[in-house]
This record gives sequence, C-alpha cells and structure tokens, in this order.
Amino acid sequence: MTAVQVTGVTKTFTTKAGLVTALDDVDLTVEKGEFVSLIGPSGCGKSTLLRLIADLDTPTSGVIEVFGKSARQARLDQDYGIAFQTAGLLPWRSVAANIELPLQLHGVDRVGRRQRVAQLIELVGLGDFARSFPEQLSGGMQQRVAIARSLAERPELLLMDEPFGALDEMTRERMQSELVRISAETGAAVIFVTHSIPEAVFLSDRVVVMSPRPGRIRKVIDVKLGDARGEGLREESAFFASVTEVREALHGAPATGTARGVDTR
Amino acid sequence: MTRLRAVILGALGIVLLGVLWEAYKALGPAAGFEAFGIQLLPRTSDLAMPHLIDMLDRALSPVNTAADSQPVWLTVTLACLSSLGTAAVGLAVGAVVGFGLALLMLRFRIAESAVLPWLILSQTVPLIALAPVIVSWGGRVHIGEFEWQRWMSVAVIASYLAFFPVAVGALRGLQSPLAAQVELMHSFAAGWWRTVLHLRLPASVPYLIPAVRLGAASAIIGTVVAEVSTGAKGGIGRLIIEYAQSGSSDPAKAFSPIAGAVLMGLATAGVVALVALTLGRFRSNEVPA
Repeated sequence: MTAVQVTGVTKTFTTKAGLVTALDDVDLTVEKGEFVSLIGPSGCGKSTLLRLIADLDTPTSGVIEVFGKSARQARLDQDYGIAFQTAGLLPWRSVAANIELPLQLHGVDRVGRRQRVAQLIELVGLGDFARSFPEQLSGGMQQRVAIARSLAERPELLLMDEPFGALDEMTRERMQSELVRISAETGAAVIFVTHSIPEAVFLSDRVVVMSPRPGRIRKVIDVKLGDARGEGLREESAFFASVTEVREALHGAPATGTARGVDTR
Repeated sequence: MTRLRAVILGALGIVLLGVLWEAYKALGPAAGFEAFGIQLLPRTSDLAMPHLIDMLDRALSPVNTAADSQPVWLTVTLACLSSLGTAAVGLAVGAVVGFGLALLMLRFRIAESAVLPWLILSQTVPLIALAPVIVSWGGRVHIGEFEWQRWMSVAVIASYLAFFPVAVGALRGLQSPLAAQVELMHSFAAGWWRTVLHLRLPASVPYLIPAVRLGAASAIIGTVVAEVSTGAKGGIGRLIIEYAQSGSSDPAKAFSPIAGAVLMGLATAGVVALVALTLGRFRSNEVPA
C-alpha cells in the first residue's frame, strides 16, 4: 500500500527573471511506514515537492495521490501532519494548548483532547513543560512541540521541511534519534526535507537525491542500516558508506564500478 | 520601582508646568511680545493668564449668582461624563466599523487597494465641514418612534475620527502572522473564519491595543469639536465655548472645562490600559503605535 504517489509532476513559477521550473517531470512513490529523505542543493525543488504533497501549492501538471486520494482531499481529511523549519507555535498558547490546536479545530471534545495531549507530551519528552509558553522554551524544545502537534491527529504520513535546520549540532543529533523512535512507535511514513547528508542517511530507508535547474530526481539510494538505529550507528562503516554514496550522487560523480540506474520507484 | 519613578516624574512634570506658568506671569512682559504684528508671547495680565490659585478657587465656587447654582467643578464633571458617554458610543461604533473594514481588506486583496486610499482621504476632510452635513442628515431620520438626537450626530462624528486608527492597526495586526503559521492553519484544513478566530485575531491584539488607544483619543477630540460645531447641549465642548464667552469678566472660569477635557482624555487612556492588562497573554510582542 502506497502512502504517496507522485506521477509526472512539473511545477513552474513565474518570477521577474522569467519562468522558473522548480520541478520537472518528477516521479516518486513512498510506501506506508517508509522513511524517505529529500536532499539536494537550494533550488532543487525539494521543499516545493513537499509543499505540493501537503497541498500548500498545486502542481502545474502531473498527479499527486496521498493514500489513493487527491492531495487536497488528504489535507481535508487530515491524513498528514506537517512540521516546518520554524516551529510556528502560537505565542499566546501554552505548550499543551499548541499541541491541542489541530484537535480543537476538528471538534474533538475536551476530554479526548486532554488525553491525547498528555500522550503526545509524553511521547516527545516534554512532561514538565505542558503549561510553559513557547518563549520559555529552547529551539529544540519548540521543535518537539511542533512535532507533537503534527502527530496530534495520528496521521499515517508526516511531512517535515528541515525541522532541525535551525538547531545546533548536538540538539540536532538528539532530535534525530528521537524522531527515529517516534516514527517507529507511530508507524507513520515520513517525508523529510534536509540538506544534511548524515541526517538523511541516519534517518531514512531511502534517500532521494535531487538536482537543481530544473528540479529533478537524480538518484534514489536505498539505505540498508536496519531498524535498530542507536547512536552507535553514526560510527559504523555501513553508515559512512551510505554517506559517501549520497555525497557522490549529490556532486554528480558516479560511484565507480556498478552502474546504477536512476531509480524512481 | 520603575512604576514609582514614572509616577514621581509625571507629578514633577505637572508641577513644573504650574511653576512655568506662574514664573512667566510674574517675570514676563506685561504687554506680551509682538513682532511684525504677530503676538508671539501672551500678555501676563490676570485677564489673559489668571493665577493657578484663582482657577482652582473658581472651580470650587458656584457657576453663577443664582441661589441654587452648582459649583463649577460639578457642572464640568457632569458635562465630562455626558461627553464621555457620547465619545464611548463613538469609539464603539468606530471600532466595529474599523475592524469590519480591516476584515474586508484582509479577505479581499482588491478591497485593500480600493478602500485604503479612501480611508486616508476620509481623514483629510475637516471635521468642521463635516459636522453640519451629518447634523442635517440626522435631522431627516425618523424611524417610527425613533427620533435622531443631536448627541447621536456628535457620536457619529467621533466615530468618524476613531475608526481610522482602528482600521489601520487591525489590518496590520490581522496580517501579522508568519507565513508558516498561516500555512499550518491551512494544513489543518481550517477555513478563513477559523484562521481569523484562532490565529489572526489573537495575533492582532498587540496592534489593536495602541490602535484603540489612538482611536479613544480621537473619539474624545472628535466629540469635543463636534459639540462645539453642532452646538450640542450638555457636553464639555459646549461648556468650553460658554465659559470662554464670559472670559472678559470671569477669566479663571474658562480653564475649568479645559482641565476637564484633559482629565477626560487621561481617564480614557487609563481605561484602555486597564482593559489591555486583562489581555496580557496576547501581548508578548506588542508594537508601539
């Protein structure tokens, strides 16, 4: 069963400089429960692709299906949760009230909301901060709140646009480990936009390497690091091998030996 | 500590003003100072600049020699309350209209380009020119038992001044949420009204508070000026004119309603500040007006 099916999607923007092709005939399939990273230099269309899947923008041509429905219907049905680089928390709402927002908007009753928020706060490890306000939290903690909020409706698809981009390296690695655990616990498929190679390799089942002008998928790399991803993984040779493979794909120098076709399942 | 400092500094400012007044009266040229036929400095006579103590004394004594005459301060206070009521109605109407216009401009981009220039233009029309028009329109309103009152014209004029800062401030506030926050609401499948209710309205509070403060001050000014130019009875504007006309015989009397109008403005600002205190949670990023 596929979570996301992108078929022949092209997206062009009209700017002062003329017509810009952000995405050119892109195909991508993401299976249920799969963790897929989109990586590439700026302008390769990775964020655009995520926004199209989220129905925050519409493709110029091509078809996007989310759980067999149109992207718009999937958004209306709340089939996905989303987190951006900026946590986008509402400063007048407490941590609990921020997480509660989507539930409140969808008419979940008070008791149901309280139970779900308690679970989510536990899941992201913010137990002591339910009543705090966003300005009292560090960047990493704010991002945890944003992730908890994106999980509120128990989505089977999580869309993340560089959610750890603004965090320092140590916080970032800890958040990555947390995310691996959370995605395993929820069983949700994740599409994760990043421009960090180790981050993409550490998190993903597959890394989609994209190239700019026009935005295209250059290569899809299977990362076979298994499901048990502890901190030790960052030291293993298999990890480094995958990092090298992604880096070479990014820089356009093909790995020597076995010629790999551009795999766009 | 800073609050106490502010109170002391504020009190010192008032004392300083009083000292300056009395010092100029004592030391300034009796005939004032005139250059090229223009009076640059006022005369220091008791007629032009009564002593502060005389003003105070006049405020505490009866309005006129009639036996049942009220003291001046009481008459002024009652007039202030009457004007305050009119100004409050004007502010309420102005705030509702202003906020409504802001919502309209938010909803329809085209409305923003179409309406905003007219809003700015509307504030360049002199109030004095507007007052008789509104009074004459009001005079034609008879709906069943309802009869248009003179004070209602005054309130309309006050609202005409008050709506502008509210409309501009509310629009800025409603447009203040980050793109990420707006897209988040979109991703939650929240419609336009829900986005306004849960995101844009709370986000606009830091902009609305200074806007309403400005609007309140405008409503007071509008009320006083409109009372003067429409001749509405019972308000402080009428009293200012009335007492000023007795200026040659009773100069200290004219200062009571002026002080009353100033205190009225301060009281209004105080009320807005009190209301703002209850909204503390929404004010984390308040912007100066």
